[in-house]
Amino acid sequence: MDRFLQELTKGLWKELPPFRLLLGLCPVLAVTKSASSGLGMGLAVLFVLTLSNAIISLVRGIIPSKVRIACFITISATLVVAVELLMQAYAYPLYLQLGIFVPLIVVNCIILGRAEAFAAKNPVHLAIADGLGMGLGFTMSLTFLGSIREILGAGTWFGHPVLWEGFQPFSVMVEAPGAFLCLGLILAAMNYGTHRQISRRNREAAAEAPSGCGGCQACSANRG
Amino acid sequence: MSVFEVFISAIFVNNIVLAQNLGNCPYLGCSRERGVALGMGTAVVFVTVMATLCTWLVQKYLLEPVHLEYLQTLVFILIIASLVQFVEMFLKKAIPPLYASLGIFLPLITTNCCVLGVTLLVQREDYGLMMALLYAFATGAGFLLALLLMAGVRERLEVCRVPKAMAGTPIALIMAGIMSLSFMAFKGMV
Repeated sequence: MDRFLQELTKGLWKELPPFRLLLGLCPVLAVTKSASSGLGMGLAVLFVLTLSNAIISLVRGIIPSKVRIACFITISATLVVAVELLMQAYAYPLYLQLGIFVPLIVVNCIILGRAEAFAAKNPVHLAIADGLGMGLGFTMSLTFLGSIREILGAGTWFGHPVLWEGFQPFSVMVEAPGAFLCLGLILAAMNYGTHRQISRRNREAAAEAPSGCGGCQACSANRG
Repeated sequence: MSVFEVFISAIFVNNIVLAQNLGNCPYLGCSRERGVALGMGTAVVFVTVMATLCTWLVQKYLLEPVHLEYLQTLVFILIIASLVQFVEMFLKKAIPPLYASLGIFLPLITTNCCVLGVTLLVQREDYGLMMALLYAFATGAGFLLALLLMAGVRERLEVCRVPKAMAGTPIALIMAGIMSLSFMAFKGMV
């Protein structure tokens, strides 16, 4: 059970797919023009990723390792076709909005990456946890990026105006360049946070060490 | 649209990476050196044209007569995967020098959304065969251009002093953003 929770939560922060692992960048950059399309894309990927992880984990003993990549692609492509048909039936406006990026989920590196790195080596319940966690992390990131771009680029959030009246939207944020700039700045901010954390930890470690002769080899050898 | 317009639009105005946000993984992953960028870009041009030819014929003469259009995605990705395998084997036997320079990039191309994207876009735009091939070639050329430009910038970036938090991917993304901004200037051309 602990292991299950661990696999589930690692995708939410420690290995957050688009920001930490830099996997599956195409949909991240292309469909985050608005918060709602980011959320829709994220949910579609969540669905495909969880099921493909589960199926691949179930059949992992049967697939010969030489043709495994082709098998993984076939499985995920089948699921993507299912998602396409479901979206056409129940969420047609979203399907039109996402356009070509729905079929392109097949070549999203996250799906193949998790299949190869995790699902092909682990039992079913862990593979499902991994798929759910990674999918949720992906959905969160896409919604977050979509929110920033929509708020700055159009002054709305999920279609509702959220900024003051007379706000001049930066329309470049909802165009292609905005995606690159926005993701670049987010990654830089995350790096900055990580650096700060590391240097604070180093400083605390330095403060804890006894002052004066504490740092040299001889003392630590004596103490050890 | 005339042939010339499609050509210019696919390379500059609707550049596959900088305007349509397709094929970003190789764009950021393979743009550290100019040699690597050239190899990857050429391989993409080659595979995109071949894949468009195969998928166009399959769509026209196999899927449409039996009304299985909804299997498009599944069939196309399988065609691309087997095509890439086949091209790799062919090059290894027939043209070893070319294989030596393109070989390592070929397996990566199967999951390049550029290739699947172009084959699907061709079907959505309903191009004829010649037009489809031309469009595929121009799109591939646009990818090659974007990749080469980026590699040139990143080679210079290696010797620049970049803030620590920006080093690596963040600065590359910002550069891509600026490049994409300047490509927006082509919008008036077509």
